[in-house]
Amino acid sequence: MKIIYALFAAAFAALAIVPFAAPWLQFVLTIAIAKGFAAVGVALLLRAGLISIGHAMFYAAGAYTAAFIVLWSGISDLFVLLIASTLVTAAIGALVGAYLVRYRAIFFAMLNLAVSMVFFALLSKLYGITGGTDGLRVPVPTVLGTTLTKAGFDIVLFYVALALMAIIAGLGVQFLKSPLGHAVGAIHTNEVRLEYLGVSAWSVLLIAYTISAALAGLGGAIAAVSIGHVLPEYAYWTESGHLVLTAVLGGIGGVAGPFIGSIFLEIVHTVAVGVAHNAWNLIMGATLLLVIFFLPQGLYGLVTKSADKTSSAKLGENKS
Amino acid sequence: MLDMALPLIMDALANAALIFFVAVGLTLVFSVQRILNVAHGSFYSIGAYIAASMGLWLISAGLNPWLSFPALLLSAALVAMVLGPLVERTLIRWTYGRHEAIQILVTFGLFLILEDLQRLVFGVRSIYQDTPMALLGVTEIGGIFYLNYQLLLIVLALAVLFGMRFLIKHTRLGRLLVAVVADREVSLAMGINTDRAFVLAFTLGVFLAALGGALATPTTGVAPGLGAETMVLAFAVAAIGGLGQIEGAAVASIIVAGAKVLAVYYAPAFDTVAPFLVMLAVLLVRPNGLFGTATTRKI
Repeated sequence: MKIIYALFAAAFAALAIVPFAAPWLQFVLTIAIAKGFAAVGVALLLRAGLISIGHAMFYAAGAYTAAFIVLWSGISDLFVLLIASTLVTAAIGALVGAYLVRYRAIFFAMLNLAVSMVFFALLSKLYGITGGTDGLRVPVPTVLGTTLTKAGFDIVLFYVALALMAIIAGLGVQFLKSPLGHAVGAIHTNEVRLEYLGVSAWSVLLIAYTISAALAGLGGAIAAVSIGHVLPEYAYWTESGHLVLTAVLGGIGGVAGPFIGSIFLEIVHTVAVGVAHNAWNLIMGATLLLVIFFLPQGLYGLVTKSADKTSSAKLGENKS
Repeated sequence: MLDMALPLIMDALANAALIFFVAVGLTLVFSVQRILNVAHGSFYSIGAYIAASMGLWLISAGLNPWLSFPALLLSAALVAMVLGPLVERTLIRWTYGRHEAIQILVTFGLFLILEDLQRLVFGVRSIYQDTPMALLGVTEIGGIFYLNYQLLLIVLALAVLFGMRFLIKHTRLGRLLVAVVADREVSLAMGINTDRAFVLAFTLGVFLAALGGALATPTTGVAPGLGAETMVLAFAVAAIGGLGQIEGAAVASIIVAGAKVLAVYYAPAFDTVAPFLVMLAVLLVRPNGLFGTATTRKI
């Protein structure tokens, strides 16, 4: 495991010098980390064997919450926005989750899809509140009372996102080691046995669902202030599909997997846009199929395979 | 009252017919293969593109415009015959018996690939080709004009519904399918070629989706993003009716189309929300859909 930590430290240091070494990557990486948060949330549910094709809804909810707070209350501090958006999305997640975590398999997937499509349709139709399909503009937030230029703010936001990624990754590793973290995985392995142990699967899943929604909301809020514009398309079902794709591509074995997947995808996307703009989805779909067929543990599996052979979860392991 | 409601009912039924073609294909594939095919909407839009292109070609070649009707059918059959076996043999077969997450992801990957292939082949402009609708004209009933094409859609949907019923209840192939759905292993032991049954069922599903797309082109045209939009709608209909229920899909299409049309007339802002609100309401009360059984192992 030592090697892995050294690898992560090196990768983290490499990311930290990006604003100076490769400024064009800074925005790409900010968005990659934002989507990475949402993908970690999706991965958490995948560990429980639940696939949500609706998590883009929480990503959009976080983004719109940030926009609403700035536009309605005038409060525009970056940290207030991030914290408030995360909390609001967590509340929405708990509310939606309380109904949805009773369902499993295809029904869970479909209900998430339905809720997210209702959310998407409302975002695009309630013109007076959400700005309809034009979306809303988000002014550049202040940071701890200081007003910054857009360029200055972007650098601050990048480091805040990077720090948050490290914090979330650290917390996530602890969470997966905790009894609750093991219980989430146990729902996939054998839910009935978990209930026999006196653990309520409903509560475990509700907590997991709320956490995953909050993470997606945090990601959405970061994306909103980084792009400066929120759109209903954030909540469309294909976006949810992309989040699942990101999680699986990176690997759901550890917290790092979805971030690796997200950063990998965004960089490849940026490079590929110039070369093959109309074939981008095609490349991504083909990559997804190749990963599912040949790398069931995702890109993260490559790291762990060389360093440590025991600690990784495969997507869709046989139920025992 | 009736003369006010009749146009609404016609509109709803014609809409229901179009949704039904896609949803019944989705539900058929689910009941036989136990797979929720996320790429199903792409077959719909590919059918639409092929039909529109074929229609445009017919007109530009100066052939008899009435040929555009068989062209609609032909394009759907073409899509099914080329893509059905190909996709089933290469991708779908690999996912049988695997976790739902894998099945959904594999078909999502296929969806992404097909979406971009359509962009590359047919471009990003929308295509509109309404010769078949213009040819059939309108009928006047009580001072209100009805599109004859809408009537044709309703008749065709009924034909598909009863055709499917006949296929499953009264033909050898249908009984083989029922046997495979009920128990794959025993069917295999009894000498049924289950691989062939799977290919046939999947191809039929693709054909129905492509047929829906082909028939929809004269009324709505076709543009990028149509596949993704249709997919979620078909999803909602199949889920409301109960996955695997053919009659359920028929009733659910009417409910969804009705909700949509009512929304268009009374609360236009909510026309896209209506199908999903209905779906949520139904699934929260009956998770297996209106006609679904607990096991959904029916056809």
